[in-house]
Amino acid sequence: MIRVVLPYHLRTLARVEGEVELEIEGPPTLRAVLDALEARYPMLRGSIREHGTLHRRPFVRFFACKEDLSHEPADTLLPDDVSSGAEPFLIVGAMAGG
Amino acid sequence: MSCVRVLVGTRKGAFILTADGRRNRWEVSGPHFAGLEIYHAKGSPVDPDRIYASQVSDWFGQQIQRSNDGGTTWEPVGNEFKYDGTPGTHQWYDGTQHPWEFKRVWHLEPSLNDPDTVYAGIEDAGLFKTTDGGRTWQEFPGLRAAKGHLWQPGAGGMCLHTIILDPSNPQRIFVAISAAGAFRTDDGGATWKPITHGLKSAYEIPDPKADVGHCVHHVAMHPSRPGVLFMQKHWDVMRSDNAGEMWYEVSGNLPSDFGFPIEIHAHEPETIYVVPIKSDSEHFPPDGKLRVYRSRTGGNEWEALSNGLPQEHCYVNVLRDAMAVDSLDSCGIYFGTTGGQVYVSADSGDSWKAIVHDLPAVLSVEVQTLP
Repeated sequence: MIRVVLPYHLRTLARVEGEVELEIEGPPTLRAVLDALEARYPMLRGSIREHGTLHRRPFVRFFACKEDLSHEPADTLLPDDVSSGAEPFLIVGAMAGG
Repeated sequence: MSCVRVLVGTRKGAFILTADGRRNRWEVSGPHFAGLEIYHAKGSPVDPDRIYASQVSDWFGQQIQRSNDGGTTWEPVGNEFKYDGTPGTHQWYDGTQHPWEFKRVWHLEPSLNDPDTVYAGIEDAGLFKTTDGGRTWQEFPGLRAAKGHLWQPGAGGMCLHTIILDPSNPQRIFVAISAAGAFRTDDGGATWKPITHGLKSAYEIPDPKADVGHCVHHVAMHPSRPGVLFMQKHWDVMRSDNAGEMWYEVSGNLPSDFGFPIEIHAHEPETIYVVPIKSDSEHFPPDGKLRVYRSRTGGNEWEALSNGLPQEHCYVNVLRDAMAVDSLDSCGIYFGTTGGQVYVSADSGDSWKAIVHDLPAVLSVEVQTLP
């Protein structure tokens, strides 16, 4: 079981409160967790990754275990503590600056 | 008694303002989609409780929200706007060709006869249509074939912001695109042609009379006279009496013919409204006085309407989609400002009153006249 924390606007869009818990089949990669998230909540398609290319949107970040995974390839395995559910996978709206 | 429902899109959400036909006392609901940009919201003419809204976020992209109950509850529908085939390229700021890239939906125009059919004007400029209530969207690629490779974004983005459906001819649609021009189809969207003959844009484009490249800010048509169009161009207020085949200037005695919105009285097709803005360098009303200008002669002769509007220290702007008219017997005129005010006139512009003062910057205003 993988725990995912969504940012405020995406929790509103998906109509969820708190963390989302996902079961992943196969290796727990970045792509696998995002695929599972979008399969459960189709309204999130296009809001985290671009339609078509599935590239991460520019102002979305992926954090886990105090590491920035935003620039890692989609096949990157998530940290063991995320795969085990000990730590959440964070989807974050990038800081706007200012 | 009839009532009105005003749909306001802002930088930080949507607001719905309602009143009875007297338009004196208003109820305000919102923000809906708090914190997110609502570029435009508009209801179906045949099912007014069916409302579509364009929700935009720099972080999380585009959503199309749909309400089936007049804006009380909403659901996200389809948000994939995929250009038809290989998108190709358009002119870029540095003179190179640049791929078409979807950025946002600027305008939603529900069909005149089917609540599940809606047209969407997007940036980078393209026209899309849904026939399943917003679940899926398909492009009209023939529009970008109208010299699209020459279109070049202006500072505000290359947006398709105006969509006019001809009530007398379902095959005819007009669209307008910032820094590209105005276009018309007569075959239901398969082919398009620029309708810019008569426009002159000196100091804006190299050839002031070019087919494409004119910065059209908004176009309006009265449903009783679908061949007559009024246009607020970047500079110049223009009129066409033959569905855009030829335009002529009707700026007349306006203090400035720069501006964004243009609207037509619901019952008087020769009565039109604009909001002059000092210049494209300053983007605020002349002399710090917010004045709507009305022509009862189809242009050229204009009168300032200022009763109830701030006449000093006012430096707001009124954006292209932020003006609308209701269809009550005494026609109501509405507009919103970048300062967050939404004004109403229940007497065709003679007097004005602020419905709300302190909303986020207003991007769009639409009004529904309900039984």
